[in-house]
Amino acid sequence: MEWEAVIGLEIHAQLATNSKIFSGASTAFGAEPNTQACAVDLALPGTLPVFNEEALRMAVKFGLAIDAEIGRTSIFDRKNYFYPDLPKGYQTSQLFHPIVGVGHVDITLEDGSTKRVGVTRAHLEEDAGKSLHDEFPGMTGIDLNRAGTPLLEIVSEPDMRSAEEAVAYVRKIHSIVTSLGICDGNMAEGSFRCDCNVSVRLKGEEEFGTRTETKNINSFRFIEKAILGEIDRQIDLIEDGGRVVQETRLYDANKNETRSMRSKEEANDYRYFPCPDLLPIVIEEDYIEEIRNNLPELPDARKERFIEQYKLSDYDAMVLSADRFLAEYFETVVTAAKDAKLAANWVMGELSKHLNANDTSIGDSPVSADQLGGLLVRIKDNTISGNIAKKVFEVMWSEGGSADEIIEAKGLKQVTDSGAIEAIVDEVISKSGPQVEQYIAAEPDKRGKMIGFFMGQVMKATGGKANPGAVTGILKKKLDALCD
Amino acid sequence: MTLKLTPKYQEEAIMALDRSDVERIAHLARLQIDQQDIPEYTENLSNILDLVDQMQAVDTSETEPMANALDAVQRLRKDDVTEENQRDALQSVAPAVENGLFQVPKVIE
Repeated sequence: MEWEAVIGLEIHAQLATNSKIFSGASTAFGAEPNTQACAVDLALPGTLPVFNEEALRMAVKFGLAIDAEIGRTSIFDRKNYFYPDLPKGYQTSQLFHPIVGVGHVDITLEDGSTKRVGVTRAHLEEDAGKSLHDEFPGMTGIDLNRAGTPLLEIVSEPDMRSAEEAVAYVRKIHSIVTSLGICDGNMAEGSFRCDCNVSVRLKGEEEFGTRTETKNINSFRFIEKAILGEIDRQIDLIEDGGRVVQETRLYDANKNETRSMRSKEEANDYRYFPCPDLLPIVIEEDYIEEIRNNLPELPDARKERFIEQYKLSDYDAMVLSADRFLAEYFETVVTAAKDAKLAANWVMGELSKHLNANDTSIGDSPVSADQLGGLLVRIKDNTISGNIAKKVFEVMWSEGGSADEIIEAKGLKQVTDSGAIEAIVDEVISKSGPQVEQYIAAEPDKRGKMIGFFMGQVMKATGGKANPGAVTGILKKKLDALCD
Repeated sequence: MTLKLTPKYQEEAIMALDRSDVERIAHLARLQIDQQDIPEYTENLSNILDLVDQMQAVDTSETEPMANALDAVQRLRKDDVTEENQRDALQSVAPAVENGLFQVPKVIE
């Protein structure tokens, strides 16, 4: 039997406003508990919400970026449930008339194919506070700093058929919201969260299977793992004669499995109704046009520009354009190094390798774009070889400093003086009698490969500082002279 | 000003409530009610629904639905931080506070 997964995603993107969606309290991350929770956020009696215009503007930007209908009249509804981190007893959200209607994004898969994924809607709502369960015996601690932070909940159609497609979609949405500057995209801090709805069915069937929802997964890698695990679990369950239960599950990254959240028998009954404290939000056409005309460059357009302007390959352009901060970094490096291919190789190679190994985002890179640019300038002007540059990069990464400072301090400057190189080459040849004889005896077309040995010896003698191009030339000249 | 709303806030078929409905509503609202009062609540709430039923009888096919009783649109606030930290004052009315956190009975096991 061949199974097929059906995946739909709900993404919560925290909007990067200064103040909350309905109050003037700060949204800054990391403050002391409850120091950014004002009377409105605490739902004290007599307080009323006042809607933040920037949250509206950001939501409209997103809608335009995914080619969606913008709700000309959108309405806040109350979603009623009780939990201590939700002081009002309801979440102010949008159910019936969301700000952003039907739209779509195009994703690119590893095999180069593209696929269109539908976005059902995106609506504005407020975030809840945080519950800390483990700090006090028998008690739960509540921090309401996050309560009232504006969220854009982006709901996809169940259009994805594999974990790979789901991750590509999440990356695309991440790329769009960060490019628009409406969300910082920080998954570790919870600014960008994802709930995955997964079901399976036999290939060819029309009807959807029963789905489960896996909540709040906080990295791209975990999204992929959680979905793969959940697909396997559901298939095993059905093949063993069982049945998938509609429920909410949690992903446990340590065990790499999803597990059921203790679900109560009662189904959720949120009793949505229009919030009487907020009036309808009516948007004029001028307002939408003004935002449309000022949209920043979006990932797809940036990718095309990178191909055009920097002559990058399709793949390189995609990788470098997807993340706005990586794209800006890359362009700064290109400006300094004046060599797009070299810059692309270093940003996607050494730099990405170090970022990944240290689980560091591009924004926190210890090597700045200017530093890397300065290093590439020294490769370009033959001050150092590519190999030595990697050593310089290591030092830059761990100790800081500019390329020139490090090259100077460590004495890594390349030997380009041909007199000095010739002396070393002569010495190597005189010490390598057997290899020289083999070289002379070899067919002329085999000799090219044999140069490698001598090259290695010269590099060893110079600590890697000899200019490889110069050494090759001199070696060839001297060895071939011996053959005549 | 005219609102273009689609009539999505639809009424469900209205019927008389029974005891279990009242118990469920009370639970959802986290209200503790005396068993002996349930018949009275059931009747009162059913009467309210009867009133709604009467209102449903009015022909509103020509009337545009509205989300708010006020015929006005939402005013927007500038995205400025205007609130200062008033934690001490705000927490002075809380039953239990520890390290700046509100304390509530443990909500998960």
